[in-house]
Amino acid sequence: MSYLAKPKFHHPAIETNELGFTHRDYEGSISTLCAGCGHDSISSAIMRACFELSLPPHRIAKLSGIGCSSKTPTYFLGQSHGFNSVHGRMPSVLTGANLANKDLIYLGVSGDGDSASIGFGQFAHSIRRGVNMVYIVENNGVYGLTKGQFSATSDRGSKSKKGVANQDSAIDMAAIAVQLGATFVARSFSGDKSQLVPLIKAAIEHRGAAFIDCISPCVAFNNHEGSTKSFDYVRSHNAALNRLDYITTRAPITTEYEPGTTQVVTLHDGSKLRLAKIGADYDVHDRVAAMHHLHTKQASGEIVTGLIYMDETPHDLHDSLDTVDTPLNELNTPQLTPGQKALDGINASLR
Amino acid sequence: MKPTDISNPNYFHKVVDCQWACPAHTPVPEYIRKIAAGDYTSAYMINWKSNVFPGILGRTCDRPCEPACRRGRVEDEPVAICRLKRVSADYKDDVRGLMPTPDARNGKRIACIGAGPASLTVARDLAPLGYEVVVFDQDKQAGGFMRTQIPKFRLPESVINEEVGYVLDLGVEFRGGQRIDSLKSILDQKFDAVFVGTGAPRGRDLEIPGRAEAAANIHLGIDWLSSVSFGHVTSIGKRVVVLGGGNTAMDCCRSSRRLGGEQVTVVVRSGFDEMKASPWEKEDAMHEGIPILNWLVPKEFKHQKGKLTGVVFEKVKAVLDAKGRRDLVPTGEPDTLIECDDVLLAVGQENAFPWIERDIGLEFDRWGLPKLDDKTFQSTIPNVFFGGDAAFGPKNIIWAVAHGHEAAVSIDKFCQNENIAERPSPLTNLVSQKMGIHEWTYDNGVSNDIRYKVPQKSPEIALRDIKTEVELGFDPKLGYAEAQRCLNCDVQTVFSSKLCIECDACVDICPMDCITFTDDGEESDLRARLLAPASNLTQDIYVQDGLKTGRVMVKDEDLCLHCGFCAERCPTGAWDMQKFALEMTHAGTGCRSKA
Ligand SMILES: Cc1cc2nc3c(=O)[nH]c(=O)nc-3n(C[C@H](O)[C@H](O)[C@H](O)COP(=O)(O)OP(=O)(O)OC[C@H]3O[C@@H](n4cnc5c(N)ncnc54)[C@H](O)[C@@H]3O)c2cc1C
Ligand SMILES: Cc1ncc(C[n+]2csc(CCOP(=O)(O)OP(=O)(O)O)c2C)c(N)n1
Ligand code: SF4
Ligand code: SF4
Ligand code: SF4
Ligand SMILES: [Mg+2]
Repeated sequence: MSYLAKPKFHHPAIETNELGFTHRDYEGSISTLCAGCGHDSISSAIMRACFELSLPPHRIAKLSGIGCSSKTPTYFLGQSHGFNSVHGRMPSVLTGANLANKDLIYLGVSGDGDSASIGFGQFAHSIRRGVNMVYIVENNGVYGLTKGQFSATSDRGSKSKKGVANQDSAIDMAAIAVQLGATFVARSFSGDKSQLVPLIKAAIEHRGAAFIDCISPCVAFNNHEGSTKSFDYVRSHNAALNRLDYITTRAPITTEYEPGTTQVVTLHDGSKLRLAKIGADYDVHDRVAAMHHLHTKQASGEIVTGLIYMDETPHDLHDSLDTVDTPLNELNTPQLTPGQKALDGINASLR
Repeated sequence: MKPTDISNPNYFHKVVDCQWACPAHTPVPEYIRKIAAGDYTSAYMINWKSNVFPGILGRTCDRPCEPACRRGRVEDEPVAICRLKRVSADYKDDVRGLMPTPDARNGKRIACIGAGPASLTVARDLAPLGYEVVVFDQDKQAGGFMRTQIPKFRLPESVINEEVGYVLDLGVEFRGGQRIDSLKSILDQKFDAVFVGTGAPRGRDLEIPGRAEAAANIHLGIDWLSSVSFGHVTSIGKRVVVLGGGNTAMDCCRSSRRLGGEQVTVVVRSGFDEMKASPWEKEDAMHEGIPILNWLVPKEFKHQKGKLTGVVFEKVKAVLDAKGRRDLVPTGEPDTLIECDDVLLAVGQENAFPWIERDIGLEFDRWGLPKLDDKTFQSTIPNVFFGGDAAFGPKNIIWAVAHGHEAAVSIDKFCQNENIAERPSPLTNLVSQKMGIHEWTYDNGVSNDIRYKVPQKSPEIALRDIKTEVELGFDPKLGYAEAQRCLNCDVQTVFSSKLCIECDACVDICPMDCITFTDDGEESDLRARLLAPASNLTQDIYVQDGLKTGRVMVKDEDLCLHCGFCAERCPTGAWDMQKFALEMTHAGTGCRSKA
């Protein structure tokens, strides 16, 4: 990896988005991860998604815990807000930030160690509360930063670099997210941006808890033969559910597809995600069937990727708490201390 | 599409845009790195080997490399390749000890007629091999037009003496002041081969009314320039009109400004952008207070009592005729009179071979140029070869040098009884530059600096003396900074499919979006489907198959910064930065098949 800053020059014919930004404007500082780390590809997919959605960087907040994966927010969206919290505590910091200012887009970036071990409880509660966020787990099956110990998502029987097999059963983060009530659940692979980028875009537009389990090979400690999180293994066991196509609000759907082969889902802002089905007839709105499908495929050793489950009319934490439309951080003193008369009214209503 | 065959020597050579564009294929990035390292002597010798006159060319080259330079596509301006060459010449150590020592004489005698850059290159290439080379010139000193035409304020005499001297010191016999009036007489002297490098010595005239009457004040540009350089002409009238839009016109007008011309005007038939002069020559002329007037066609020389008083011009504009050809037609506006004391004609240059007998077997084409094989430069008399301006009409020094190298190969093979049509391919070499995880033998950081200007003497000082060199050249500090702008295009990105795990790291890091992994297709289809479309068709795309997913790796060479980030990010070493060296085969054992 280079410690030199990336050259400022870019392709003279580089594309710009509605804000006049190029994809290079969504970069952060130069990555210090190992050369070839899957996490860097996910960073790249996040930058691409934000560029394509023409998101103003200052309307995004990136939050993370500890781990190689949790370091990545430094390497993308250099103009956005960021908070690098302690190990496993990203979800509660994100929840707090979201309560204070519901107008920002929240990207929670975590690892399998950060979310499936020390932060498992935090993960679970942020999902069940329906915090409006994109929660990405960069899942490599190991604690990369601490030199490759098995994590809780490592499959039983998967071998360490030294050849030792993992004895514990694996946590399937996507299956658990569906069960916990996430309203958008997907799994993808760092090596497949054509699938990952539209999923991230859709997750950003989803107004509720969106969870993406993204398999991301650790080239330093978990990309050998015998590992179930290597590039080769994931490529040869990938049971993709759907091919995805993100359609903005403005673009009309022009291409005709044979009935039954595609499913179109509508996102919060009216944009659409077109899913070209691969293999079995699969309905992304059927939560019970989704759980069933995940378990069946897991039993046969296949890795389900694509959009797994989605609720088109999600309910988020602010809906549950019935907060005011104005973000709480924008409320001023007269609004927060409305005076004796208002207090008397409230008291009277409770008598 | 078919995977790229990088073993074809042309593939990576084309990526080194400057070297590919240089007629002598000078290894530009290699000498630029030497300059950055402060090793001016090596930089000089790399140049000397390729182009023979680094100090001269570093001041005067037509620099076809610069418009080709990749840097000019990445940002606004190319690397100042030419002026960096001068840096190597200005700051080198004494190089005499590095010059070749001629082999024992091989018994073969070669005559070179004319002592311009073409002949001197032939001599430089053949003398060290043991050939007895005799160079004839009508002028007393060798150098050709480099000495007699290019004004001294652009090219000091000391530089010519030094570099012409390196050639003559190789045991070359120079017979100055000897005009050859018969090719037959030379052939009769039983030379094994004859090289004709007599240039294009005739200035074109302009036959319009008043030409004969005002002849005393109307001068042919190239004759006038050589008279100036010989010191026969030391002054000119206060008001001078220079007719023509090429580099000769620029030298005429700038010389006039130094010999007493106060109102010097260049008048050109065509528009400013269509002028033949290089942009920097026009810039330098205008900087010295010389206006350039366009779209004016000379109609008549006005004179009084045998003395020139002015030139009448008709205003024209360009229109496209039915066939789409450009035509100059009068605008109908009244004619313009420019009053003047002298006129310099710089409206073209021609070949002339009055000294070659037409009955000795040497054939000419209908434009009066010798019939030649365009690769071997052999004429219709097997042991007579041509090169430089004498071969295909007026060009420039670097082309004359390139011709000289090729003719020398032909002569060498001819004298060794080999088939001269069999041209040896250049020697190439490809070597990894990796020194550590993120360490390379070259400086892979990319400088953001914009092109540096060469410092010049102020016009007030420069115009006082025709021998005062205008350009001061880069000092070592500026030379270093300019050298760092070079992108090291010879350090190639080399890809190996078998090692690639398709992790996308190279795609993600590449600042120029050069790399794409995608489904295979025909070239035109692939070019359109890349991360950044490859629309520059003059630049190749590098395609490799054999990937596990069945996709292909496509890299657009066009805008690659050769920064090596792809190779640094690659976890498996599938990308490597390898230096491509290409050495032209010059005369000598390398070019011979029965070596
Ligand atoms: C005004 C002017 C400015 C120029 N500026 C540049 C420049 O800045 N950069 C550049 O690259 N090029 C420049 N050129 C072009 C360049 O000078 C020529 O292209 C180049 O010198 C050609 O080299 P050559 O070896 O073919 O012949 P020349 O350099 O023309 O040399 C031919 C020699 O042959 C001699 N000769 C001719 N006939 C006979 C004979 N019968 N017997 C004996 N000797 C003979 C002549 O005296 C002359 O010395 C310029 C040309 C002109 C006219
Ligand atoms: C409270 C606490 N416990 C333990 C650690 C040590 N630690 C640092 S990173 C890490 C695991 C990170 O694993 P993961 O989230 O999968 O990230 P990866 O490096 O694999 O991307 C651990 C256990 C810590 N930093 N803080
Ligand atoms: S240790 Fe693994 S996870 Fe961490 S940067 Fe290296 S490859 Fe990536
Ligand atoms: S950047 Fe350097 S190597 Fe590349 S074309 Fe220009 S001068 Fe040549
Ligand atoms: S060297 Fe590699 S990373 Fe750098 S511009 Fe070229 S292809 Fe891109
Ligand atoms: Mg991990």
